[in-house]
Amino acid sequence: MNNLVILPIIIPIIAGMIMVIFRKSIKLQRFLSVFSTIAISIATLLLIIQIHTKGIQTLHLGGWKAPFGVSMVADMFSSLLILVTSIVSLCCLLFAFHSIGKERESNYFYPLFLFLITGVNGSFITGDIFNLFVCFEVMLVASYVLISLGGTRIQLSESIKYILINIISSFLFLVAIAFLYAMTGTLNFAHLSLRVAEVGQEGLMTTVAILFLIVFSLKAGLFLFFWLPGSYSVPPTAISAIFAALLTKVGIYAIIRVFTLVFYHEPEVTHLLIGILAAVTMLLGAIGAVAFWDIKRILTYNVIVGVGFILAGVASFTTEGMTGSLYYLIHDMIVKALIFLLGGTIIHLTGTSKLKEISGLIRLHPGLGWMFFIAALSLSGIPPLSGFLGKIFITEGTFEAGYFWLGGIGLFTSLMVLYSIMKIFMNVFWGYTDLTEEKEKGTTKGLMLPIGILTIITISLGLGAEGIHNYVDNAVEGLMNPSLYIEAVLGNNLGQ
Amino acid sequence: METLMSILVGILFSIGTYLILTKTLLRIILGTSILGHGVNLLIITMGGLKKGGPPLLGIKNLTYADSLPQALLLTAIVINFATTALFLVLSYRAYKVLGTDNTEQLRGIENE
Repeated sequence: MNNLVILPIIIPIIAGMIMVIFRKSIKLQRFLSVFSTIAISIATLLLIIQIHTKGIQTLHLGGWKAPFGVSMVADMFSSLLILVTSIVSLCCLLFAFHSIGKERESNYFYPLFLFLITGVNGSFITGDIFNLFVCFEVMLVASYVLISLGGTRIQLSESIKYILINIISSFLFLVAIAFLYAMTGTLNFAHLSLRVAEVGQEGLMTTVAILFLIVFSLKAGLFLFFWLPGSYSVPPTAISAIFAALLTKVGIYAIIRVFTLVFYHEPEVTHLLIGILAAVTMLLGAIGAVAFWDIKRILTYNVIVGVGFILAGVASFTTEGMTGSLYYLIHDMIVKALIFLLGGTIIHLTGTSKLKEISGLIRLHPGLGWMFFIAALSLSGIPPLSGFLGKIFITEGTFEAGYFWLGGIGLFTSLMVLYSIMKIFMNVFWGYTDLTEEKEKGTTKGLMLPIGILTIITISLGLGAEGIHNYVDNAVEGLMNPSLYIEAVLGNNLGQ
Repeated sequence: METLMSILVGILFSIGTYLILTKTLLRIILGTSILGHGVNLLIITMGGLKKGGPPLLGIKNLTYADSLPQALLLTAIVINFATTALFLVLSYRAYKVLGTDNTEQLRGIENE
């Protein structure tokens, strides 16, 4: 029992509710949103230290012991993700202060943002599958409103598709939960893991596992990503950056959690399927990224490639592959937010997202140009930067598991990613400068701070990988060895 | 009873799917709503229908009905209600701004 565990959910939801009351005072909302994200980071840091020394921390709400009550479980995997979430959301908030505009600010932008973080953190920390559904819904409802906030024509037409897709996938999630409950009689992850191990993962159980995979794939953009490019490119930059950094990652988290803790008995069916989906996702995403000449489209297709690559490591189901996935997941959250913010700044400056209409920006904005260059290298995994380690480990893991095609496709698509990002860099920053300071549509004032913070983080994650090595190893150990999680949650109730 | 419920769930699912595949936004929303009812019935059926007394401390019974599916159902209904309301409001707004509720015509809308 550790009350720190609940803080990442409680802090943003209380702050959000206070903000709803003080709709007019934007200063208070800004302060409160920054304050709460920093508070979450501090609480999570403390939690990470505790997990590192004492093992997985749990909280049984209302004192009801594990299989009967609602339990919150913070293992190293979820705490690391929460820490990165709060850092990324802090940067996106700082970016939003100068770019989101008065109208959206006074129409509940900050409360919705914090409710989104509540849902994300809740999904990371919850210990049973039904609360995973509830937290998904909290996150999704906030995202529905964020995507349509402002109500421009394209936002409305894209958000209708986004909502419809997510409502249907939520129903499929409930169907899967119903079948799972009928077969096992429990919904707690740890208890489920025990029961599935007892009953054996036969045909019907594997079918339910695949149903879960479909649901989470819809949310993560794994193969079923047709809704993603449209809906991620319509909202303003700060919102699409937080979507790219967080929303798909929650789906990935759910896939990793469910397929390492509960349905890990038949990797030759489920994990192979994840591998095939990951390979197709990477290829299609990379083709999309190379094909388009629009900054927002290229960046959204890069999100899809990232999802495929992370799940390639999960598909290998080896310690190496998992380590790689975890490194790459952390890297991807940071660098996707960074590259979306950079792309958004370019659009903000020039007023267009079409590559062919922009050129020679580096003359006026050398800092922006070089940070974009660093982000581009980091995104495709060039050695000293943060993407490299993850890429190495994932490739090693897939080779070790015998999935040479998967590792090969991963390496091939990262070349395509590099090409697609370099295409933006060369077109936007090189060439003849026809833009002057007077003709610019906006300024970079205040926008460079969050971009700078994220750039520094992506460099230091690459150079100081030794520093987080211990924690990532700890997390992977927990993932590869479900009994640690089960023991932490159920304790002495193992017999029931 | 379980068989009857399963058939009912199947009927609701097929009606919901049919409505979602139509072109008018309002029909699509009704379709999601009906699909939601099907899912709720499925949850309650999957938990087992009435196998004992009410799960209250004061009542002495050999077996008690499982109360968990009902708790799940309650949560699912609330969430379904909220998303349906949001979807209705949004589609009304989209109809006002875009001037159509036909999904065919919603395609390829450019910004301004």
